[in-house]
Amino acid sequence: MRTMGGFSQMKLAVNFLTIGLVILSLPCGSYTEIPPKPPGSLTVLPPVKPAGGPQAFPDAENSNLPAFTMDYARIQVPFEVTLWVLLASFAKIGFHVYHKITFWVPESCLLISIGLIVGAIMHSVHEEPPAVLSYNVFFLFMLPPHRTGVWILYAPRDRSSRTWEPVLWFAVVGTLWNSIGIGMSLYAVCQIEAFEVQDINLQENMLFAAIISAVDPVAVLSVFEDVSVNEQLYIVVFGECLFNDAVTVVLYNMFIFVADMPVVEPVDVFLGVARFFVVGLGGMGFGVIFGFVASFTTRFTSNVREIEPLFIFMYSYLAYLVAELFSISSIMAIVTCALTMKYYVEENVSQRSCTTIRHVVKMLGTISETLIFFFLGVVTITTEHEWNWGYIMFTLLLALVWRGLGVLVLTQIINPFRTIPFNFKDQFILGYGGLRGAISFALVFTLPDSIGRKKLFVTTTICMIMFTVFIQGISIRPLIEFINVRRTNRNLETINVEIHSRLIEHTIAGVEDLCGQWSHYYWKDKFLKFNNRILRKIPIRDNRAESSIVALYKKLELQNAMGILDTVSGDINAGSSIVPLHEEKKSSGKPKRKFVAADLMNMHDILSKNMYKIRQRTTAYTTKHSLPNDSRTKEILIRRHTSIRRSLGPGSFNGPNEAKSQKYFSLPPGKSLDSKFPPQRLRHTGNDDDETMSEMDYPSARSRFNQPSRSSSRAMLPLRRLNTLTEVPSSSVVDLVDERSGGRGAWGRGMSRLNSSSSDSRIPAPRRHHDPSNGPDNGSSGDHGSGDNGPEGEQQPLSPTPAWAAEPGDRDDSGTQKPLLRPQWKTRKP
Amino acid sequence: MGSRASTLLREEEIEEIKKETGFSHSQITRLYSRFTSLDKGENGTLSREDFQRIPELAINPLGDRIINAFFPEGEDQVNFRGFMRTLAHFRPIEDNEKNKDPTASEPLNSRSNKLLFAFRLYDLDRDDKISRDELLQVLRMMVGVNISDEQLGSIADRTIQEADQNGDNSISFNEFIKVLEKVDVEQKMSIRFLH
Repeated sequence: MRTMGGFSQMKLAVNFLTIGLVILSLPCGSYTEIPPKPPGSLTVLPPVKPAGGPQAFPDAENSNLPAFTMDYARIQVPFEVTLWVLLASFAKIGFHVYHKITFWVPESCLLISIGLIVGAIMHSVHEEPPAVLSYNVFFLFMLPPHRTGVWILYAPRDRSSRTWEPVLWFAVVGTLWNSIGIGMSLYAVCQIEAFEVQDINLQENMLFAAIISAVDPVAVLSVFEDVSVNEQLYIVVFGECLFNDAVTVVLYNMFIFVADMPVVEPVDVFLGVARFFVVGLGGMGFGVIFGFVASFTTRFTSNVREIEPLFIFMYSYLAYLVAELFSISSIMAIVTCALTMKYYVEENVSQRSCTTIRHVVKMLGTISETLIFFFLGVVTITTEHEWNWGYIMFTLLLALVWRGLGVLVLTQIINPFRTIPFNFKDQFILGYGGLRGAISFALVFTLPDSIGRKKLFVTTTICMIMFTVFIQGISIRPLIEFINVRRTNRNLETINVEIHSRLIEHTIAGVEDLCGQWSHYYWKDKFLKFNNRILRKIPIRDNRAESSIVALYKKLELQNAMGILDTVSGDINAGSSIVPLHEEKKSSGKPKRKFVAADLMNMHDILSKNMYKIRQRTTAYTTKHSLPNDSRTKEILIRRHTSIRRSLGPGSFNGPNEAKSQKYFSLPPGKSLDSKFPPQRLRHTGNDDDETMSEMDYPSARSRFNQPSRSSSRAMLPLRRLNTLTEVPSSSVVDLVDERSGGRGAWGRGMSRLNSSSSDSRIPAPRRHHDPSNGPDNGSSGDHGSGDNGPEGEQQPLSPTPAWAAEPGDRDDSGTQKPLLRPQWKTRKP
Repeated sequence: MGSRASTLLREEEIEEIKKETGFSHSQITRLYSRFTSLDKGENGTLSREDFQRIPELAINPLGDRIINAFFPEGEDQVNFRGFMRTLAHFRPIEDNEKNKDPTASEPLNSRSNKLLFAFRLYDLDRDDKISRDELLQVLRMMVGVNISDEQLGSIADRTIQEADQNGDNSISFNEFIKVLEKVDVEQKMSIRFLH
């Protein structure tokens, strides 16, 4: 162990040497280039040719053909940018060579420190900070990838978590609270004569407070992730990261307007509030629109897979730029755009494009984050400061106090609505985790020069950032450990935990269903319905009402597959504490580590378990419409029940190989599914293509595709068929596909196949056709859904989806189809 | 529907249930209306069939286990009291409940009761041990049919190995608690019941 440590220290030293070299090369390089405006340094360059003329050869008047030319001015900007990025990246490598550094000191601290060093060097040689640092550059090029990157890098693992409600609450209201509170009290502080800052008026104070209250706890997030604090806390901080800079930018724009006004009238206050909403909601609107258009575009990119990712990036960026154009919240725009696209695009683009998109976003996000903190360090040294003890100290103090107060008050308000209320420790960490970062830094530099105390503001902001990032950032980890904040056991170390947790989740889902707890998700449910009915039709290529479960499942598969890829290829980031893809911390990630590569199969177990879980959770969301409260539907259900049971009865005891089958669905010996249905099973595993399989096995089903009219299929409703349908539990079909494709490494293909087969059989269209005709046609079934495929239950054997589908678009079948599964369950009832 | 249900439930009954389970008045009436809507026989009790008619529960891999948990041993009917008693396991633990006087009997939603509920889902024969077979049954329900019996068997073996401390090749309740001690059971096994 010691030798290992020594070794990595050595490597670290080597790396720092490399960085040092780059640092050295940098000022030298820029020495020649930055001052191209003063003519003095231009003499260094060969005056042979005018800048911009790439043709060195055709210069006829030159006596000799120059053997060596140098035109630095031409490449200056990209050259510098590249060097800076490289430098920052080297620094990043350096940190991760020696893990203990990043464990105790957040990466942002290290980056700032290096920035400080570089800044000091540059300062000592009287070098200007690079032009890269113009603030347009920051807002137009560095912020967007950073923000989207945050979303991808730190997105919480559990999307279906019930902890999302407080996010907006803290992000929006919290930020407002902070900026107003800090602004007011700072103004009060300014009245104290001893500090000599009476010239700062209320508007400027408010403006400054808005800048200061932009919490940017990326560093905290990575700490949270390492120590795996409970999900709630994580999500709240994550949400703050994403949304509150949007709020801040809105406030900033508002106050900067107000600060110019000599007198603020009440009307302006109202206008300001209105503007707040316009800016915020406008940003979201643009995001949604662009996201939607992008999704629509990807509908047509199936033949140009190479540029698919490009569309995604360009549209997101466009959303950002357009939002900037109208000076509405561009961060909001790009985040919502990304979210909207994520929702639709992943189904259109190929797996490869998906992977590309993810990785590029990840890369851009990381590098811009690195650069931002790096520059923060550089600029700290190279700008002029105005130091005012009183003002700075009070700002630090007030920011802490107001943040603490805000968290306390806001949690008091929100706690009654929560399953698990935030306890005091949570609140403390939440308050303490209010680090300031990139946004404050950028905003304060964009302050117009008309503000008299700009330098003071800059200094104070930098102090604030330094203080929070260094002191709070470094101490938060020991603090969390010390006060023992509630943790979520993100690292499922034992199989026991894995299994039992899953059992618990199923149970909870079941009990929720049992209590009919749906109204909690009423609006989500409504939206999903609307989405499936109308919205999805436009952007999604294969125009089918795909069950959201299948979509989720697909997504999960993809993520897992990528997780495997990442670990297998030894992605450098995988080792880093700061940049795990969120899929890497999925529960499947842990067993992976434990079982190593040899037990790849066990991962598939866990995959399939995940699959079950997702189905259940989604069911829990969307059960509203499927509650069979209609008495006639219930009758049908019962009748179908009994008939299936009858039909199943005789068939269930003729299996020849009962011995090995007892575990399937935990049937008691002698009643196993396996023994009942050996032929289908074998066929499944032997066959390569699901599509053909289903055609072969269920020839009559094929006819359904062409016959939206249900009468014929109803006519051919023999009891025998009922028997077949229960034979292949739909979930098993899915599982098989999953397993096979997973085994072959062709996740994507497997999934798409599964998907297409299911979509074929789903055909939402027929159902809609029936709706009107159903009543007369099928008097006994009041519910159209059950009338459609209920009694016949034909969809069951074909498609894995229906049995899963409890989402609103298909709620009708789900309500009625699920009982078809009943026989299996019945039989194993003890 | 809801109003009809609440009229059927007598005040004193509500009070008793409240005392026993800790649910609020509105939660009880709400769940009672759910109870009556599930009760097809309209005889004030639920049978297994009534539960099985819930479509979401029907596709829940553990559906039957969950349903079973509602029925006391050997009985086929559950009344509202029993129904609520079972549901009470899933009530979130509130802060003011944590430091009640320790002499009072443990509330149904305590951590160990929650765990016991989960444990019972495995423990079919109620011998307070999860045997390999019992574990395997539950596993099979949860993972679907694509995993071979050998694999599943080895998973079960490993699971038991991990948890088993006294070498009886099964998981006792104490071992179960031990294994899950790092898991936030209070949060995981809680449902925010609607009011």
